[in-house]
Amino acid sequence: MSAVAAPQASGYNFAYLDEQTKRMIRRAILKGIAIPGYQVPFASREMPMPYGWGTGGVQVTAAIIGPADVLKVIDQGSDDTTNAVSIRKFFAKTAGVATTTETKDATIIQTRHRIPERQLTEKQTIVFQVPIPEPLRFLEPRETETRKLHALADYGLMHVKLYEDISRHGHIATTYDYPVEVADRYVMNPSPTPKFDNPKMHMSPALQLFGAGREKRIYAVPPFTKVRSLDFEDHPFEVQRFDKPCALCAATNVYLDEVVLDDRGGRMFVCSDSDYCEERRADGHRGELSGEAPHLVGGAA
Amino acid sequence: MSALAITAGFADPVIEAQAHFHSLMNALARPGTVHAFPAAVDAPAPLTPELAALALTLVDHEATLWLDATLAGSKPVLDYLRFHTGARIVADPAEAAFALVADAGAMPRLAEFGQGTDEYPDRSTTIVIAVAALATSGGLELTGPGIEARASLGVEPWPGDFVSQLAANRAQFPRGVDLVLVAAGQVAALPRTTHVSEV
Repeated sequence: MSAVAAPQASGYNFAYLDEQTKRMIRRAILKGIAIPGYQVPFASREMPMPYGWGTGGVQVTAAIIGPADVLKVIDQGSDDTTNAVSIRKFFAKTAGVATTTETKDATIIQTRHRIPERQLTEKQTIVFQVPIPEPLRFLEPRETETRKLHALADYGLMHVKLYEDISRHGHIATTYDYPVEVADRYVMNPSPTPKFDNPKMHMSPALQLFGAGREKRIYAVPPFTKVRSLDFEDHPFEVQRFDKPCALCAATNVYLDEVVLDDRGGRMFVCSDSDYCEERRADGHRGELSGEAPHLVGGAA
Repeated sequence: MSALAITAGFADPVIEAQAHFHSLMNALARPGTVHAFPAAVDAPAPLTPELAALALTLVDHEATLWLDATLAGSKPVLDYLRFHTGARIVADPAEAAFALVADAGAMPRLAEFGQGTDEYPDRSTTIVIAVAALATSGGLELTGPGIEARASLGVEPWPGDFVSQLAANRAQFPRGVDLVLVAAGQVAALPRTTHVSEV
């Protein structure tokens, strides 16, 4: 599917938010870019969707999007889930912008919990929906204290947590929301992306913006910025590995979702990034199950 | 023209504010790049159209504004900014969310502007300086977040001791000020993270 433009609905300001709100969010975004990884408080608004459905990401996208932008929205890597479809329709309706499912065509990618497999470019901005922006929150519930810890760059608590993982499980058992250190200073929550995606944040050519609506925080990682996953010398950071390639497109070195096929233990592993998988199938790549039920799993290709 | 006449802001406030913000955001995210800043507004001199466009894009009743002596001495400029933004204009640069500087040679030292606190480094001043010319090559070498290896920037005029002031600004990170530089139809930025040296 290539980019599709829709007429803007009447009765809304462009991209839903009023101009004063956009200015407030834009000021927060600029501070976020200037202080990489630092959580900037902002006056998050009520949005026409519940908290937890991406209200932070939606507000950031609404503040940056313009008529020439092409928007892609993914939820766990997929363009086709309820959250992604709803948000895409929301902007098609209130901003009249073109939307797409193809990573390469998008100028703004709003995401819940994945970074696309295809390398992002300097022309792109990725907006993360963040539920809990504070990496130290479950270790120290008081905002006054976590503020101090960030001010002092005192991240000992986080290292203790990772160490306890090792003492209990023999390895760092954190698999998503894996804490990163940005530009040698702030420890930041990358949002609940699998740790598989953490290396993609390091020196990314794309601008990365993060919005947490309920928690009222915006933060950012500028392009070409160091992002280091916390680890220990004797327990270096590692991403997940999969035993098999994608069952539909045979891709390796991608993040896979498990899909249960029947009630007898049948299951398959397929690309979490639906656009990447469709593109590979269109290019003729075939996985071990792609011939099994072409009407069900063959996709648009 | 009557004494009360105030010239126009953006013809299409929604779309033009977004376009100017888009340029500014990318300028700040990628130090050493220069972006289009059309600033098609009828600003009263000595307020340049680019300074006016930046104020119209980002400043309102929630963001305080500081003006340098050149701008603060002009009643048409004060009237224009008060009418279009509704911002409180402050006399102390340390209190300002945004500072507009028309005469870079006569501006206060960077340390006199709001630096933020260790816990809230975002509560600092964004200083917007009107300059004569910007170029992606020139006498300044930049490194830091937003720059792949190194970048160049040419700023004319460049106040004499700015490099040492910016080094002091960088040294107190995460506190510090961010600079936005505007020339005719152009914008560039030096966030507090950027290391600046003269070559």
